[in-house]
Amino acid sequence: MSTSPETTATPAPAEETGGHGDLNVGVKAAGGSGEATASATRITPGNALRPEDIALAVSSGSAKPTEDVAEIALRLGDDALILAQRLGHWISRAPELEEDIALGNIALDQLGHARSFLSYAGGLDGRSEDDLAYFRREHEFRSASIFEQPNGDFAVTIARQFVVSYYQFELYSQLTQSTDATLAGIAAKAVKEVDYHRDHSAQWVLRLAGGTDESREKMIHGFKVIWPYVDELFRDDELTARLSASGAAVEPSSLRAEFDRLTGEVFAEAELEVPKVQPAPGGGRRGLHSEHLGYILAEMQVLAREYPGASW
Amino acid sequence: MAAQTLQSVPGEPTSARHEQSLEDVARRDAEGQAYFDKVMAEDSRIEPRDWMPPAYRKTLLRQISQHAHSEIIGMQPEANWISRAPSLKRKAILMAKVQDEAGHGLYLYSAAETLGQPRDQMMQDLMDGKAKYSSIFNYPARTWADMGAIGWMVDGAAIANQVPLCRASFGPYGRAMVRVCKEESFHQRQGFEILLELSHGTPEQKQMAQDAVNRWYAPALMMFGPPDDDSPNSKQSMAWNIKRFSNDELRNRFVGMMMEQVKVLDLTLPDKDIRFNEETKKWEHGPLDWDEFHEVLAGRGPCNAQRLERRREAHHNGAWVREAAAAYAAKQAKKQAEKETAA
Repeated sequence: MSTSPETTATPAPAEETGGHGDLNVGVKAAGGSGEATASATRITPGNALRPEDIALAVSSGSAKPTEDVAEIALRLGDDALILAQRLGHWISRAPELEEDIALGNIALDQLGHARSFLSYAGGLDGRSEDDLAYFRREHEFRSASIFEQPNGDFAVTIARQFVVSYYQFELYSQLTQSTDATLAGIAAKAVKEVDYHRDHSAQWVLRLAGGTDESREKMIHGFKVIWPYVDELFRDDELTARLSASGAAVEPSSLRAEFDRLTGEVFAEAELEVPKVQPAPGGGRRGLHSEHLGYILAEMQVLAREYPGASW
Repeated sequence: MAAQTLQSVPGEPTSARHEQSLEDVARRDAEGQAYFDKVMAEDSRIEPRDWMPPAYRKTLLRQISQHAHSEIIGMQPEANWISRAPSLKRKAILMAKVQDEAGHGLYLYSAAETLGQPRDQMMQDLMDGKAKYSSIFNYPARTWADMGAIGWMVDGAAIANQVPLCRASFGPYGRAMVRVCKEESFHQRQGFEILLELSHGTPEQKQMAQDAVNRWYAPALMMFGPPDDDSPNSKQSMAWNIKRFSNDELRNRFVGMMMEQVKVLDLTLPDKDIRFNEETKKWEHGPLDWDEFHEVLAGRGPCNAQRLERRREAHHNGAWVREAAAAYAAKQAKKQAEKETAA
């Protein structure tokens, strides 16, 4: 009888409240750690923190980043934006319809994170997400090199996504504890989505590495192409040192051990080795990009720049 | 209730049927036909395992797979603008919309599969040029305003066509249409909103919107198919409760809807002959170039070659991925079976 609908139905509403409360935990934890609860963390009917909420909070003055927080938000926003731009290219070109949907979904998640981070970053000097995305030049972007790497074949895209989602998962998990309530709120929403991205890419790593000889060779090649850009993600600098000291963010190097451990588990199951390649110098955090970014921006910005000041 | 009138399930080995006597088969067909006729008379639903006339199956398979192909090819003109969307919000909306279309393709292929043809075969027919898709997607999306015009007019025409299909006699198709129509109406509203924003923007933006409406108007009207006196399959489809209204009826109704909405947009439709006929109580429009329609349908439109090549390219480039996934799944299944035997 314990499985009858009557008995199981009773706790359902409480369960549901608990479910909603679950999302609140990440947000409230930030508020509880000393910051006033900014309206930017308002839970909308869809239970999601939307970029529009952040833009509103920023323009009404209820959420304002410090200079350092704005800079880290810019970095993370640019990472996600450039990746979304890359992934979006797969829509209508993927190996299966299901992957058109999956990669499109990941691109959409990343774009959502980008919009939130950029809306917040712009709060420093009153620029909008679109001002930042469409009217900055190459050297003003703060994304790391891995995000602008070309899609290559499906294995290269999966290798890039695998690295990025394991990195972002560790990063956002930590940022849910940020002393900056808005950063914590954005991270709390993003981390759940990125968790799915990990699952998606890890499954593909296993399938491609354990599929056919051809797919295994391509997966190994994919990691070889992407791995030079891994180190840059975990490099500390003066900004991250200051943010770490204030509790607003963490030193990227502190995420490396867990990243190595968890990606290592997947590598072990896939019987792959971590590629032995020389790390690239990077420099994206200081505006020093590869040759790829210029083309990405040329395409992304062309229409907005053709009609400056227009509303869409 | 329909179980008693079951014919063979599609894909069932024919040897099973050979064992039945010809009399049995004839009796079952007669029972099946009687049940089918009753369902049609009651305007109720046929489900995949029910007996159905071979021509009904064939018609539905053609229509549903063409519909699925249209969704998949229809992703391309809009995907073309994802990378250049002029704001991040518009980029997000457009990505979500194109993703919806992939989803529609999936439901529809699944609905068609219940009629006995695997998705791979339908895809192959599309790539071989044996299967058709809506000719509208063979026109180029030249400017950002085309994202508005496609949403408002092309998705609008699709909704006018598809809302009655929610009542189609074949269950899986009707049910798929309910979900598709919900998402399509969101698509139409977002297209309308793009045009509204443009028409209230700078003079250049307004011109861009008008130009897009001018280019998509006639192709959108032709989406309803040839005029009633030149639509040989319509009558049978209506008798089978698949189609509920004639091509011209739906087209005229759509023209009336657009005439109201275009006023709000502060744009015009490129057709001086649109009028409401007080006698027939129907909207009328000017002549359409049906020669162009047949040319595009025959494969000689502006983007036919490009659209099909893009599909073939994606399919070809993804072959090794699909093979890998299948090989991996087979290995995993084998491992699992070995585990179970050992245990």
